[in-house]
Amino acid sequence: MTTLEPATDAAQDNLAALESEAIHIFREVAGEFDRPVILFSGGKDSTLLLHLAIKAFWPAPVPFPLLHVDTGHNFDEVIEFRDRVVEQHGLRLVVAKVQDWIDDGRLEERADGMRNPLQTTPLLDTISENKFDAVFGGGRRDEERARAKERIFSLRNSFGQWEPRRQRPELWNLYNGRHRPGEQVRVFPLSNWTEADVWNYIAREKVELPSIYYAHRREVYLRDGMLLAEGPWGGPRPGEEVRERTVRYRTVGDGSCTGAIESTAATVEEVIAEVSASRLTERGATRADDRMSEAAMEDRKREGYF
Amino acid sequence: MSSLLRLATAGSVDDGKSTLVGRLLYDTKSVLADQLDAVTRASVDKGLSTPDLSLLVDGLRSEREQGITIDVAYRYFATPKRSFVLADTPGHVQYTRNTVTGASTAQLAVLLVDARKGVIEQTRRHAAVLALLGVPQLVLAVNKIDLVGYDEATFTVIAEEFAAHALSLGYPRGSVLAIPVSALEGDNVASRSERTPWYTGPSLLEHLEDVPVAPDPHDSALRFPVQYVIRPRTPEYPDYRGYAGQIAAGTVRPGDEIVVLPQGIRSRVERIDTADGPLEEAGAGTSVTLLLTDDIDISRGDLIAAADAPPRVTDEITGTLCWLSSKPLKPGARVLVKHGTRTVQALVDELHARFDEQALSSVAAPASLELNDIGLVTLRLAEELGVDDYGVSPRTGAFLVIDPKDGDTLAAGLVGERFS
Repeated sequence: MTTLEPATDAAQDNLAALESEAIHIFREVAGEFDRPVILFSGGKDSTLLLHLAIKAFWPAPVPFPLLHVDTGHNFDEVIEFRDRVVEQHGLRLVVAKVQDWIDDGRLEERADGMRNPLQTTPLLDTISENKFDAVFGGGRRDEERARAKERIFSLRNSFGQWEPRRQRPELWNLYNGRHRPGEQVRVFPLSNWTEADVWNYIAREKVELPSIYYAHRREVYLRDGMLLAEGPWGGPRPGEEVRERTVRYRTVGDGSCTGAIESTAATVEEVIAEVSASRLTERGATRADDRMSEAAMEDRKREGYF
Repeated sequence: MSSLLRLATAGSVDDGKSTLVGRLLYDTKSVLADQLDAVTRASVDKGLSTPDLSLLVDGLRSEREQGITIDVAYRYFATPKRSFVLADTPGHVQYTRNTVTGASTAQLAVLLVDARKGVIEQTRRHAAVLALLGVPQLVLAVNKIDLVGYDEATFTVIAEEFAAHALSLGYPRGSVLAIPVSALEGDNVASRSERTPWYTGPSLLEHLEDVPVAPDPHDSALRFPVQYVIRPRTPEYPDYRGYAGQIAAGTVRPGDEIVVLPQGIRSRVERIDTADGPLEEAGAGTSVTLLLTDDIDISRGDLIAAADAPPRVTDEITGTLCWLSSKPLKPGARVLVKHGTRTVQALVDELHARFDEQALSSVAAPASLELNDIGLVTLRLAEELGVDDYGVSPRTGAFLVIDPKDGDTLAAGLVGERFS
């Protein structure tokens, strides 16, 4: 995490270099793989991915579909945004609904109600059903220390597993996308972006995001230090008091474990100012699933998560 | 001054690289409260009285268990003067390949030594790898200076020995700086220490902020590996045919005469397109789409180059290989070579020499190249490539050697003889 400052000329140069690198990565994958797909949740990182993909292939359409793993615990604003973006750019969207896996017994609801950890199976099943061989993700190395170890091209075995000791060396900008049948490559064009870069680029390019990234009034209750909204994921429990507050979201994920923060930042510029003053990382602030153990992210990545 | 510096760390195991990187992140206030809380908790669990800053960067479970770094990690920090991308690489001999990974894109390397041990075999090996890959600037961080009582004489002996080694690797004097540091205590990391009054140079961070960075090779001739052909075939753009790629070297302007390699067809640049509109000029590192005046058959893997200064087109490469795999290389092996956007089949024709990092000399014709060996090899290619010497144009002088059976990256390749 770096400190967020309003973008200077130097920072604009940096954004141009990051944009150029991401476009290069998209075109490499389009050139070398048969069936790439962009993992798209409607959150800011995947919205940025899509924006960069559109720029990489302009004036031709993006040559691959989007994949959304729908936990069923989404924010309505995000689903509305997802469908509008898909429509606007004439894209194809594949949706894997966690509920379908629960309904037919391939997955079991967890006692704590969190569905984020349940995403892995639907993700892997859908990748293999569709024979996707390259899957773009919006992961950034500054998010978490296990992610800092991730290559831009990350080879996964046929179970989608990440084995950090066996990663290929990644040299210059020569990405090696070779893989055997059944294996896939996860591709992270935003690897070298920080949260500051993401927001500065969103400001520069005027990228539209779901409205919940900006301050709004919402009924929330406090649990484990996080402000959770009411929803199909359960809660509030007895003793958890619901109050309307002015909040926004720093990340968008499963509603059962993504918390809001109290904020009056209603514009991109106000968000940049707010994040620069924050003493918490975006995940530390609002993601319960990363708090479960010392190596929560690494363990989920080994299982096949992004 | 460039606003972004890409740097890599290198050094032997237990020299304190992770602690130094943790210290840099901590002292530049790049660590936020929740990250520090997690490290403090883990340190208390291990029975430590102060936070172990190496835990900020050793991100893998087995790294924390063993207290060592296994894989390269990328870190981001910034000061008001500059942004930094840092490749934190492991020191174990068996992970030298990760030093190669980190160094391939670095503009500066921080090489650590333990002040109690001085310059050791692994220091020389890493310095040779950094020189091979053409990392232009070196910093020797003489770490744990607190454990030798902040002794000037100890520092001077190590600094002079390393300076002589760097000189013999081809580093001019101004490109190497030795700094006495204590990553644990913070001496000379972000600010100058009062405990080394005899040291008059900058702190590590001051040096990183001010060091001049070699510019991208804009002065050299145009090199543009074609990545992807953009053909919309939409009602708006029925006849659009653009060649997408990232400029590897040089500058391009509309009207420039170009040659398409390996075919050797000439044409001119009609337009430089981007999603934000056409450009008057584009330089190295920029992703653009070129439209040409003639309708010629060009596909992914072709190289567009300046017509008056093309690279040489050849079906044989003699180059230096850093062997990164535990499977040894033997003459006669069939491999793949990935150069720019083109991947071709190749045969290992001859193994001329292995480089000895200790003696800084070549050992004549070994039977094979083993993990972490550096050797001079001739490869015969099934198709022609347009190549430059790595020393002239790194982006078109670099290639990967890939195992055709499982797709593993076997070696980092550099066209030309880097050591003689």
